[in-house]
Amino acid sequence: MQGSNHLLWIYRVYVGLFFLYLVAPLLAAGAFAFNDSTFPSLPWRGFTLDWFISDTEPKLGLLNDEPLLRGMWNSFYIGMIVAALSVAAGTCNAFLFVRKDFPFKSAFYVLMVVPLVIPGVILGISILVLASMIANFADSQFGLFLTWLRPGVPLIVLGQFSFLTTITSLVIAARLQKFDISLEEAALNLGASRLRVLTTVALPFLFPALFSAFIVAFLVSFENFNTTLMLVGSDAPLTITMYDRMVKVGSTPVLNAVSVVLMVGSGLLALLSVVAQRSPKSD
Amino acid sequence: MSRDAGRLSLILLFAPFALWIGLLIILPQIGIGYISLREKVGINEYEFGFKNYADFAQAAVYRNTLFRTAWISILVTMLALVLGFPISYYIAKIARERSRAALFLMCLIPLWVSDLVRAYGWIVLLRETGVVSTALVSMGVINEPIEMLYNDVTVIIGLVYTVILFMIVPLVSTMQGMDDSLLEAGFNLGGSRLTVFRRIVVPYAMPGIVAGCIIVFMITAGSYLTPVLLGGKNSSWFTEQIYNQFITRYNWEAGATFGVLLLLFTSLVVWLGLRLTGQSLATTVAKDT
Amino acid sequence: MNDLSCVGVTKKFGEFTAVRNVSLEVPPGSFFSILGPSGCGKTTLMRMIAGFETPSAGDIRIKGESVINLAPNKRNVKMVFQHLALFPMMNVGENIAYGLRCQGEQKSEIPEKVRKVLDRVGLPGVEDKRIEQLSGGQKQRIAIARCMVLQPDVLLLDEPLGALDLKLREHMKIELKQLQERFETTFLYITHDQSEALVMSDQVAVMNAGGFEQIGSPRALYDDPVSGFVAGFVGDANVLPGTIDEVRGGEARVILDGGGAVLARLADDSNTGDRVEIFVRPEALRIGGDNGSGSLSGKVDSLLFNGAASRILVRLDTGQLVEVADGDQASEVSAHDAVTVSWQPDRARVFVRRPGA
Repeated sequence: MQGSNHLLWIYRVYVGLFFLYLVAPLLAAGAFAFNDSTFPSLPWRGFTLDWFISDTEPKLGLLNDEPLLRGMWNSFYIGMIVAALSVAAGTCNAFLFVRKDFPFKSAFYVLMVVPLVIPGVILGISILVLASMIANFADSQFGLFLTWLRPGVPLIVLGQFSFLTTITSLVIAARLQKFDISLEEAALNLGASRLRVLTTVALPFLFPALFSAFIVAFLVSFENFNTTLMLVGSDAPLTITMYDRMVKVGSTPVLNAVSVVLMVGSGLLALLSVVAQRSPKSD
Repeated sequence: MSRDAGRLSLILLFAPFALWIGLLIILPQIGIGYISLREKVGINEYEFGFKNYADFAQAAVYRNTLFRTAWISILVTMLALVLGFPISYYIAKIARERSRAALFLMCLIPLWVSDLVRAYGWIVLLRETGVVSTALVSMGVINEPIEMLYNDVTVIIGLVYTVILFMIVPLVSTMQGMDDSLLEAGFNLGGSRLTVFRRIVVPYAMPGIVAGCIIVFMITAGSYLTPVLLGGKNSSWFTEQIYNQFITRYNWEAGATFGVLLLLFTSLVVWLGLRLTGQSLATTVAKDT
Repeated sequence: MNDLSCVGVTKKFGEFTAVRNVSLEVPPGSFFSILGPSGCGKTTLMRMIAGFETPSAGDIRIKGESVINLAPNKRNVKMVFQHLALFPMMNVGENIAYGLRCQGEQKSEIPEKVRKVLDRVGLPGVEDKRIEQLSGGQKQRIAIARCMVLQPDVLLLDEPLGALDLKLREHMKIELKQLQERFETTFLYITHDQSEALVMSDQVAVMNAGGFEQIGSPRALYDDPVSGFVAGFVGDANVLPGTIDEVRGGEARVILDGGGAVLARLADDSNTGDRVEIFVRPEALRIGGDNGSGSLSGKVDSLLFNGAASRILVRLDTGQLVEVADGDQASEVSAHDAVTVSWQPDRARVFVRRPGA
């Protein structure tokens, strides 16, 4: 093709510009965490780590910022619980849809995918509504105070679990599909019990998928905002704390510092999950 | 291996699925449907009917917010497709083997970063005292700092930024499956670049296009942070209305009505999209997650 | 007492009968093959013996004990799977030790047993290798070692050579036979490849459409097939369709569909007027002369040179192509020569025409 070099060159410039567009806001969010100024903006006043470690106002660093640290801790343990629950449920779903046959299977499969296409805000309010209806009913009929059905951590966990389970199910089912069933039969044939087959053959094979499903679920939970916003009580996770700070105080470099931590943390976790998915050549 | 054991394990596996979908997806949706149909007439006194929906239809503010959300979402979906397709094609077909994986990973990195951080990055860049404005002043391009936040263009730029990766991922994975010899055959049989693109590339990438458009549209219409943070007080985004009704005004009836409307509207668009392209939800959205 | 017996085993999947009233007896230490085309039910039969499927009727006995109600992990029948099913997440040693661990073997004795069985299959010292580091033939032997270390009563082999390339397959045939003799264990081998079955087995059961057609030694199947299916499936054969004109003694005079009358031995209870097929092995055919069958005339179509297995292709005047095994005759004919073909009547067999033929 004549003249295509010219076009290819324009094409490359476009791709380059696109990647600039991708990284620019991230660079901006990250860089100003290290600027020795009380506003995250130009001019550059020199490098500092104050926004991470300083313990005095006005440059109170992230490590001494009580609410942000609490938010981080809340996000962490909510993420761990949600990830564990959704990986467990996702594993069951994967076995259900890959291994079992039952009536209306394809309709149920669509139901399983549906949570992905319901906006997060709606998942949030609908769970809030149902939980409140049940709690009100229990209160008025039996005088029971089911506080865990009021906005707070348990509802956040349920809300995030409701759509993360779809993601984990799909990730785990994709791997289970590649599993050669004769491996299980071979283990049975060699005298293994059902439980032993599961723990020595099926789960080790699934492990990379379980691992990356866990990481994906944890990350998405950690960064979730829309569903969480509707269900949050007094123990706010990090994203909500940051948003409050942004709206009430305006942008301050400590938020840039949090952004750096988040980017580095999630980058590392993402890398880990990619490595875990790739390294076994057994499939 | 016996039939009873098979049945038992089926029930044991089905139970968590049924609990999850039943209690956390179906019942809550019925719940907001129920709330949206009741109207408060006194303390703990309710009447049932479509009054909430009629109220919505009469209030121009709410109606316009839904329309605005709709057209911006569709515009953002189109932009993401137009801007993302060449990038996906480059990654899948033009880049060399080694740089391909690196480019794809680079594409994924922002995907892992919270919406909040990304929106915050745009704020740092675009506000009056932000990087772009300051840089332009110091270069002498403009005399006074200008506010680039809080307008529709910025909201759209931010939304496209947030969602474009969800377009690129399915597109790349579909197009990677396309055999180069298909393209070569197309050229070999005398097709021009345009015909090869229109008759071979686009039909082949169709499942990816549909999947990407559905996901992008859903995420845009359901997004909250980007329009609210970049659009400011006047962003008039529909999810913001839902939040206001529910949390700020504590008017659950109106909030639930808005929720049902948003769900119906997005489902309708997704259904139309699937219908027009002859794809199914299970083969598009579920495939590339 | 036989190592394995099946008595009237039947398996139905809904309306479909995959295995129909099959009985077999496998004497200790023998190499027994089940030979049949794909879909004939042989894999289902093997899966029932291993316990992965439950028979709809009949009994399966191992060393005289019924195993019908025994779970697959409790049966002392081990199986080499079609794609071997070696565990990719374990190394060779762990693969072989897997069954021993399941049996609750003493930890201290496992390495020694693994070492011994690897010696016996001729792969000493590969314990720490990963499965994907092995060649096809080595994987094969590891799969067998993994079963043999458990000293099974019967070893089931489900077309394990299918995935190998031709040369290795030829080699493994001989090796499998030697392994079986070395271990003195009963092998039940399933295949659709008649040459595998003939070369290795003491006894072969030919299976078709869910049932056994014939059980016998390879030679008996080859020389004395009991049905057109066996005659056509085991070894090469020329098949000439026709109609019986006259039956005299054990011989039938058959008018071929394309014209011409020939003599052949009647092998079933077909009678005058029945539509039949004549099966003649290529090595029973002779070029020229008349060996008592009546001769068929034709033209040499081509000469296929393949060393000892060379063939002459003859286009008969009826239009049909027949293969003649070419002992030392190739020098005497060349392409397009007009020739006659004949055979000794007792080396050709008449069977009732197979369905669909």
